[in-house]
Amino acid sequence: MELFIQQIVAGVATGAIYACVALAVVMIYQAIHHLNFAQGEMAMFSTYIAWQMLQWGLPYWVVFPLVILVSFVGGFAIERIVFKPIENAPVLSHIVIFIALFAIFNSFAGFIWDFTIKAVPSPFGDGPLWEGAMIGKHQAGMIGVTLIVLLLLWGFFTFTRVGLAMRAAAVNPESARLVGIRVSMMTALGWGMASAIGAVAGMLIAPVVFLEPNMMLSILLYGFAGAVLGGLTSPLGAVIGGFIVGVVENLAGTYIPVIGGELKLPIALFLIVAVLLVKPAGLLGRRVVQRV
Amino acid sequence: MFNRRSLMMAAASAFVLTAAGPAAAQDAIKIGNTMPYSGPASAYGQIGRTIEAYFNKLNAEGGVAGRQIEFITYDDAYSPPKAVEQTRRLIEQDEVDVLFQNLGTPSNTAIQKYVNAKKVPHLFLATGAAKWNMPDKFPMTTGWQPSYQTEGAIYAKWIQENVENPKIAILWQNDDFGKDYLIGMKEALGEAADSLIVAEAPYEVAQPTVDSEVLSLKASGANVFFIVATPKFAAQAIKKSHEIGWEAERFLSNVSVSVGAVLKPAGFEASKGVISAAYLKEATDPQWADDPAMAEWRAFMDEYYPDGDQASSFTVFGYGVAKTMEHVLEQAGEGADAQAILEAATSMDHVENPMLLPGITMTTGPTDFAPIEAMQLQRFNGETWELFGEIIHAESS
Amino acid sequence: MAMSDETMTGGASGSAKAAPVPKGRAAAAGGKSTLGQAVFVILLLGALALPFIFKNFTIFQMTMLMVYAIAILGLNLLTGINGQFSLGHGAFYAVGAYTAAIMMENLGIGYVWTLPVAGILCFVVGFLFGLPALRLEGIYLALATFALAVATPQFLKLTPFEHWTGGVQGIVIIKPDAPFGLDAVLNADQWLYFFTLAVGLFLYWLARNLVRSRTGRALMAIRDNPIAARSMGVNTSVYKATAFGISAMFTGIAGCLGAIVIQFVAPDSFTFALSVAILVGLVIGGVGWLPGALLGAAFIVFIPNVAEEISKGLAGAFYGFFLIAVIYLAPQGAGGLLRALVAKLGR
Repeated sequence: MELFIQQIVAGVATGAIYACVALAVVMIYQAIHHLNFAQGEMAMFSTYIAWQMLQWGLPYWVVFPLVILVSFVGGFAIERIVFKPIENAPVLSHIVIFIALFAIFNSFAGFIWDFTIKAVPSPFGDGPLWEGAMIGKHQAGMIGVTLIVLLLLWGFFTFTRVGLAMRAAAVNPESARLVGIRVSMMTALGWGMASAIGAVAGMLIAPVVFLEPNMMLSILLYGFAGAVLGGLTSPLGAVIGGFIVGVVENLAGTYIPVIGGELKLPIALFLIVAVLLVKPAGLLGRRVVQRV
Repeated sequence: MFNRRSLMMAAASAFVLTAAGPAAAQDAIKIGNTMPYSGPASAYGQIGRTIEAYFNKLNAEGGVAGRQIEFITYDDAYSPPKAVEQTRRLIEQDEVDVLFQNLGTPSNTAIQKYVNAKKVPHLFLATGAAKWNMPDKFPMTTGWQPSYQTEGAIYAKWIQENVENPKIAILWQNDDFGKDYLIGMKEALGEAADSLIVAEAPYEVAQPTVDSEVLSLKASGANVFFIVATPKFAAQAIKKSHEIGWEAERFLSNVSVSVGAVLKPAGFEASKGVISAAYLKEATDPQWADDPAMAEWRAFMDEYYPDGDQASSFTVFGYGVAKTMEHVLEQAGEGADAQAILEAATSMDHVENPMLLPGITMTTGPTDFAPIEAMQLQRFNGETWELFGEIIHAESS
Repeated sequence: MAMSDETMTGGASGSAKAAPVPKGRAAAAGGKSTLGQAVFVILLLGALALPFIFKNFTIFQMTMLMVYAIAILGLNLLTGINGQFSLGHGAFYAVGAYTAAIMMENLGIGYVWTLPVAGILCFVVGFLFGLPALRLEGIYLALATFALAVATPQFLKLTPFEHWTGGVQGIVIIKPDAPFGLDAVLNADQWLYFFTLAVGLFLYWLARNLVRSRTGRALMAIRDNPIAARSMGVNTSVYKATAFGISAMFTGIAGCLGAIVIQFVAPDSFTFALSVAILVGLVIGGVGWLPGALLGAAFIVFIPNVAEEISKGLAGAFYGFFLIAVIYLAPQGAGGLLRALVAKLGR
């Protein structure tokens, strides 16, 4: 029983990692109606920038907002420079560009900062939350930050003009343009915000998994899984989805005999596909009705 | 960085790459190699780049045995099909004299049969599998580092002799590397293996953390924790096992003994007491701070591979193995052909290497193609590794 | 697309034989088609001569190029013709490769027989995978197939099947020699080249006929307008799952050939990078344009070598730059470029 509870708590802690990334996934989906396969590498690169600034001796709470800002500008610039010229190309061509960006960021990170793992300090401190607690200070802090980002995102999409305009631009670019929304600007803004949220995720994840160029390789997949499970249109769903993936994965790995340990990842993914078959829009997502 | 020449060369030979490099002297000895320079395993590429830098140094100093070395190294992205393609390019198009330090168990398994059929020496592979030491079946192929199985057996023996009522839990990476340790340990434990090993947990490199596995292993009530993991996961496992207050005797596979790249990120306090076996000096360990050989290595790195990572064990490894090749070429003498080089490589008699721990040497013979077969146990005291006990020789049977 | 109306009539009329040649194609024939045929004949002659001109290494490389081209052709049938995504075709390639390896090494069956078995097996696997995938569209299908690609190596090394698959160590295969006394004339590399060429030509012929058949037109109708297709009486579920099966069959046969040529299979050969490479090849060659598979395969075989020639430390980055450059030049791949060119000349 103790192991069971421990595994659930550990699952929630890893789930927070996935939830964080899932939020970035929802953000980009709201902006471009697609998944960005280079998103993880962009977050990893942002985290390296943070690490570099910390090495230079800047205090954490200066670095944190600075890196968010840099990442926002970076994401915005990538959309303007790389994607603007080919905005009319088919979706698959965009996917290939994602793959290209993936290779570029991954390669440059290794080239600039080497491959040895780097310890990124936690702003919340090391050790358990309280004496004998099963959850660490950093994990608790990570969950807290994830919830704050969730709240901000939800507010952004529900109450602000820009947020509403962005959603409109992604769902129906034609109509959005007719009502005076600058669709292409919205897309770039979405890229910037997704990149900024990715940076937050990267900086929170790195203290747990250690920073290296391949840090986000699999985490992004889990982030996708969490976001899709919860519903790509719902930030709350994405966060819940992230936590579910974390817990399910741990329980499957621990309790399914013989193949559980070896197939943790496939089992978790299988469950997600199963959920999607029953509820194609995800747990909290809205179904888009297609008109002919 | 890339230079102008190589850029132009690439442009000119976009599809059909020309054979030899441009400035190769006629009598240069051609050494071929494949490494993952791209993709998820590209950290290993540092070994290839260190070797390249070392051969550049040798060439700048006048070459070996009167000849320049032409080192041709290609990217295999850690993919066996790509390794086959690049190896065939090396042998059939570049016509290399020998292959050297090809990296990875799967890649070398893929090319082994072909290379032996072509009778090209396939020397000092960068993998710790035990299967490179089969002179009668594969007379062209030799290993270099101690095999993973040997190392696993060393820990097993020590545990049986020194731990009271041992109950062993193993965390292992689910690939050839992890499996080999498991085999080595189980074989050494013999019939007792089933009762002594109380829990095993494999993990995938695609996993973000191994926290869940460590928790399950602790719950088995084991008092010995054997960590067969690559650096990132080793650091996680050390940190986590300390965090949850698991008071087990912890053993760490040799690939992850780097103080700077594993133990420091995991935390010195958390790493205290970890036991491992070593054969190479460790770049970031303070005990070698004043070692003349390591000073020489640092000077080499500064001059010939300035953007190389001096905290990484791969650059030490690459330097050590390149020095071994230098020795072999010297022994083979002037005008040596592939056969002579193979003979020199397989008749080393207690050859010393400045990167090896004091007392460890390299020996090969007609029935023994495994150069390094000795290791010494060491325990981390919170700052540095402390060697203890005798040097353990595990000569192959 | 304009085509769907007409293909629909062909499909709904119920008789494949009576179905008229679609107007679009008939119009495109004439000048373009003779040019196409000339190019085809020249290429074929070049391909036949190649093994007698170049070194074994080049022959081997070209054989691998054809293998990847077949794999890309398979994906093209799914994405280009039926409009379904797959980021996981490496999985079917792996199934084909392991079929060859297990049959040849464990069961001692001749390599030629592994091709049909791999094809049928992959069709079944693809069809079964396609059934649930029916309910997943666009991004969800992308995720499901992405997951399949990532999980493939883990299935391959699963301990319970280790006896058959060789686990993490994989299986080494012995390369076949040329049969019927041809080995006096052809070495093993040359023979495998011709063998692959023959299989490739056969599959290409099959793919072309499929596209022109009633099934092909139904598949395209589903791609262009699924709802209209359904209302016209096309059983979309069966067709879509069948498309998955056929596509997997092509890619599986490619995997089977690949294993025989490389002489080795292991989980590390079939990582996510393989699925990505097949997808990149498809897009570079041009989605929906079958001959593009060859150009796409050339890209994924040669460009990584060029990238690492420029810089070892930044090999990945240069590969990325090349990719971006190609997409900028030809946003719709080589096929798109060609279409634009033909349209320009035709005016």
